[in-house]
Amino acid sequence: MVSLPWYLLVGAVLFAISVIGIFLNRKNLIVLLMAIELMLLAVNTNFIAFSHFLGDLNGQVFVFFILTVAAAESAIGLAILVALFRNMNTINVDELDSLKG
Amino acid sequence: MDPQAILFAVFSAGTLVPAWRVITARNPVHAVLYLVLSFFSAACLWMLLQAEFLAIALVLVYVGAVMVLFLFVVMMLDIHIDRSRAGFWQHLPLASVVAVAIALQLWLVLSNGHWQFLTPPAADPSRAGNTKALGVLTFTEYILPLQLAGTILLVAIIAAIALTLRRRSDALHQNPGEQVRIRRQDRVSLVKMAASPRPVSRPAAAAGAAAAGAAPAAPPPATAPAAAPKA
Repeated sequence: MVSLPWYLLVGAVLFAISVIGIFLNRKNLIVLLMAIELMLLAVNTNFIAFSHFLGDLNGQVFVFFILTVAAAESAIGLAILVALFRNMNTINVDELDSLKG
Repeated sequence: MDPQAILFAVFSAGTLVPAWRVITARNPVHAVLYLVLSFFSAACLWMLLQAEFLAIALVLVYVGAVMVLFLFVVMMLDIHIDRSRAGFWQHLPLASVVAVAIALQLWLVLSNGHWQFLTPPAADPSRAGNTKALGVLTFTEYILPLQLAGTILLVAIIAAIALTLRRRSDALHQNPGEQVRIRRQDRVSLVKMAASPRPVSRPAAAAGAAAAGAAPAAPPPATAPAAAPKA
């Protein structure tokens, strides 16, 4: 029987990997989006682990809604990415400086 | 060894190793494919936690739809990888310090509660399956958030289309507003013409027309003057 801390460990390591990914791929917008998806996966895994071990189904409903919002977020993010690439011809974060920030 | 522990080890390795490859892969297409593998293994982990509905939803919605969307975008864009790979490992020390701190904190805080020794409540065979229980909960207690989620998805559809829709200048398209606004006198003009004498149809032309004219429609009178000079 795998106990709860093991699942939490997997979630924590997955979250840490995606944090590293955001640091490393700070120039590539599309891999940044993928790292955010991985983060949400880690959070969802924690939710489901607690839901299972506490016998409370509400956690799974929460994961359901997180999945919905994450799908909407990635669809809009990718649409912005496509529009950005069409106008600027790059998705390199360093070159997206037309606001002079 | 417990078979469930072996499965857990396999699936968590199958989640974490591809996740590392996602963030380090040189080619974004490979990164998306590793992401698919990572999500699939995570769905298997969720299956071990008896969350069957969400595991299948993850495979269908994420692996089936969102990852395909990612693949489309990655393959559509012409990305110069080398420029964005410059100084790739430069921030790894800082990143690993932050990441290890986050992971350690998460694990210490979450794993040292009273729930450390929790055992899941024994499965009751008479209880409805995970999907049915989740459905009952979603459509009773969470009906309003469910509607909100649907609205969010609708907004996302409209926003994504509005962001990427582009009017091509060389494509032909109709302007419905202009079509509706048109008036009769813009299109139709009546011309007053002087009356002219009706041409005399010859018997030969009439016979030929009768032979060819098995069709019920009589030949229009306009053909008669055209045929007359030839004969």
